Amino acid sequence: MKLLLRNGRVVDPAAGVDDALDVLVEDGKIARIEPKIAARGAEVLDLAGLVVCPGFIDLHVHLREPGQEWKETVASGTAAAAAGGFTGVACMPNTVPTNDSRSVTEFILAQASAGAAARVYPIGCVTKEQKGEELAEMGDMVAAGARAFSDDGRPIASSLLMRRALEYSRIFDVPIIDHCEDSSLVAGGVVHEGEVSTRLGLRGWPGVAEDLMVQRDLLLAEYTGGHVHIAHLTTARGAEFVRRAKKWKIAASCEVTPHHLVLTDAAVADYDTNAKMSPPLRSETDRKALLRALSDGTVDAIATDHAPHHVDEKAVEFSRAPFGIVGLETAVPLCLDRLVHGGVIALRRLVELFTSGPARILRLDRGTLRPGAEADVTVLDLNRQGVVDPSKFLSKSRNTPFAGWRLRGAAVMTVVSGRIVHDAR
Amino acid sequence: MKLVSRHLLGIETLEPSEITTILDAAESFAEISTREIKKVPTLRGKTVVNFFVEPSTRTRSSFELAEKRLSADLLNFSTSTSSLVKGETLLDTAKNLEAMAPDFIVIRHSEPGAPHFLAKYCRSAIVNAGDGSHEHPTQALLDALTIRQRKRRLKGLRVAIVGDILHSRVARSNVLLLTRMGADVTVCGPPTLIPRDAERLGCSLTHRMDEAVEGVDVIMMLRIQLERMRGGFFPTLREYARLYGLDEARLRRAAADAIVMHPGPINRGVEIMGEVADGSASVILEQVTNGVAVRMAVLYLLAGGTEREAAA
Repeated sequence: MKLLLRNGRVVDPAAGVDDALDVLVEDGKIARIEPKIAARGAEVLDLAGLVVCPGFIDLHVHLREPGQEWKETVASGTAAAAAGGFTGVACMPNTVPTNDSRSVTEFILAQASAGAAARVYPIGCVTKEQKGEELAEMGDMVAAGARAFSDDGRPIASSLLMRRALEYSRIFDVPIIDHCEDSSLVAGGVVHEGEVSTRLGLRGWPGVAEDLMVQRDLLLAEYTGGHVHIAHLTTARGAEFVRRAKKWKIAASCEVTPHHLVLTDAAVADYDTNAKMSPPLRSETDRKALLRALSDGTVDAIATDHAPHHVDEKAVEFSRAPFGIVGLETAVPLCLDRLVHGGVIALRRLVELFTSGPARILRLDRGTLRPGAEADVTVLDLNRQGVVDPSKFLSKSRNTPFAGWRLRGAAVMTVVSGRIVHDAR
Repeated sequence: MKLVSRHLLGIETLEPSEITTILDAAESFAEISTREIKKVPTLRGKTVVNFFVEPSTRTRSSFELAEKRLSADLLNFSTSTSSLVKGETLLDTAKNLEAMAPDFIVIRHSEPGAPHFLAKYCRSAIVNAGDGSHEHPTQALLDALTIRQRKRRLKGLRVAIVGDILHSRVARSNVLLLTRMGADVTVCGPPTLIPRDAERLGCSLTHRMDEAVEGVDVIMMLRIQLERMRGGFFPTLREYARLYGLDEARLRRAAADAIVMHPGPINRGVEIMGEVADGSASVILEQVTNGVAVRMAVLYLLAGGTEREAAA
């Protein structure tokens, strides 16, 4: 079984490639990447005018299975991923029950092999039932296929436990992903604390609650030698701390979400529950600092924090609505339109943030198109015009603040192990 | 003039001309409450639902009286009788209320934005009777009416609002209304009870009460909730009263003809001393009287009336 991707512009930052090249796929692997490869029995796809990249990886999604299948399943979530240009997703463990044991990790992977459109990399809980009390059996979960550990959504409050987690994770060389917030300072906050929270009379969630935890985690990573990965960084100070930590050679990495890069807390103004997320949309100063961190190399990956919720769950009073928005089917268009066409970063850098960046964090043998690698490929059309239409999402959920946005650029084809899982060329 | 707004969700969405329209109409309606027969047929055949999802005595009584004096039919739907305790969502409750085709829904709710939520889904005119820590527009309107009656103007007046600004919908609505109408407003309270970036609302800020009241025309005191002490916002009611209570000595720092306001219910001896609450500067009971007139005006104008007809 051969597939020839012809006439595209190959952008593979990890390999230092940005050229007009053909890509030959054989038996699910990349066979050759060269100019003008002869067809010889291969199915030929003409990708003239399109950009051929290593498969995009989203290292922060919620697939909601097991336990909340009305919001999303492994099947629907990976279908959304493929439609959005992602060949792989790392799923957070806050399922019901939580993914804190080998059996749940195995269940998720079994669901994935039963028909997922994209690869699934389970993230296990750091602590049993995400309670922040005792470490979960990381070794057992790693053996079953877990690639990282996190108590996402329930930050590890105890510094001692965080220290132990970072130390223990070194046995397996896996990152501890922390959702950074000092819960006592968040104190029930639902929007960024500032003029908007004051005007709306909503409880504020100060940026300093995040800054403190980012700083703590970075210091503990330095002290223990463990790898800390800061999930969805949102503050100017936090970005500065990570920048400095990298200068000090601390094993630290961080991700930002597309929504924190393009929206501020002003989006909440009409009590729109689809602008309610955790961490909250921040100030324009913070947003600008994130853009700078994106372009200067401080940020390692863009991740969606795809958080599906049923429409009924969001159609409630603002304070009572769950946090989060879906992101898999809007991330690439948003980033191409606002970041690349918007002049913030070059295409090459964006591709890095979606490929080798997340692959390095999760220790995946992915994120580049060198011969011999699994043929996971994302094809972009930089000029495809589109309007975000939630009714067309493959995700089970529609909770997005981007409905109706006109965006230029999209992922038009997704290939996983040489199999075309999405084609909208 | 008619109101541009279809709902009264907050002062935030009102134009200064609309505020003047409401206050002018309220002046006319105030007279009705002094008549032998305190009732006009203005809203005959109109239905008002008083949807109170948070306990309230005075605001609710005031709305009820306003509705009755306008001859509206009213339906009271409150927490204890509501289906919300049975687990029905606000949206479903609203849809059910809507199915009974009321002309107005007056809503009091503990969550900021609940009236805005209703306005998105309902055809009825929505009146915000207080939404959490957000706004309480009819309170600010009745306060403005009271000030205007005493001072003949709002523009250029110096007003101090003292107390728990962070949790106060009364403070938010008053700051928005008074600054919009050209008054010079200072908010004052302990830093723990001042919302972030409060000055962006257009007011000044101080944490020292003596400074706040110096030479002002109006002192507006806010009720302090006992829960705030338990929440660690200040150590004791005793210390709070000493730092932010209004006594006669502090009142003397204000202008000689300054008035003292309070949205009630008052905590005597805490944020306001009895001598001040009962003293000659106090207009606290006039505020209550004006509440009925302002709410009559709001309902009347939202029903499509003009202030000229209100005067007739």
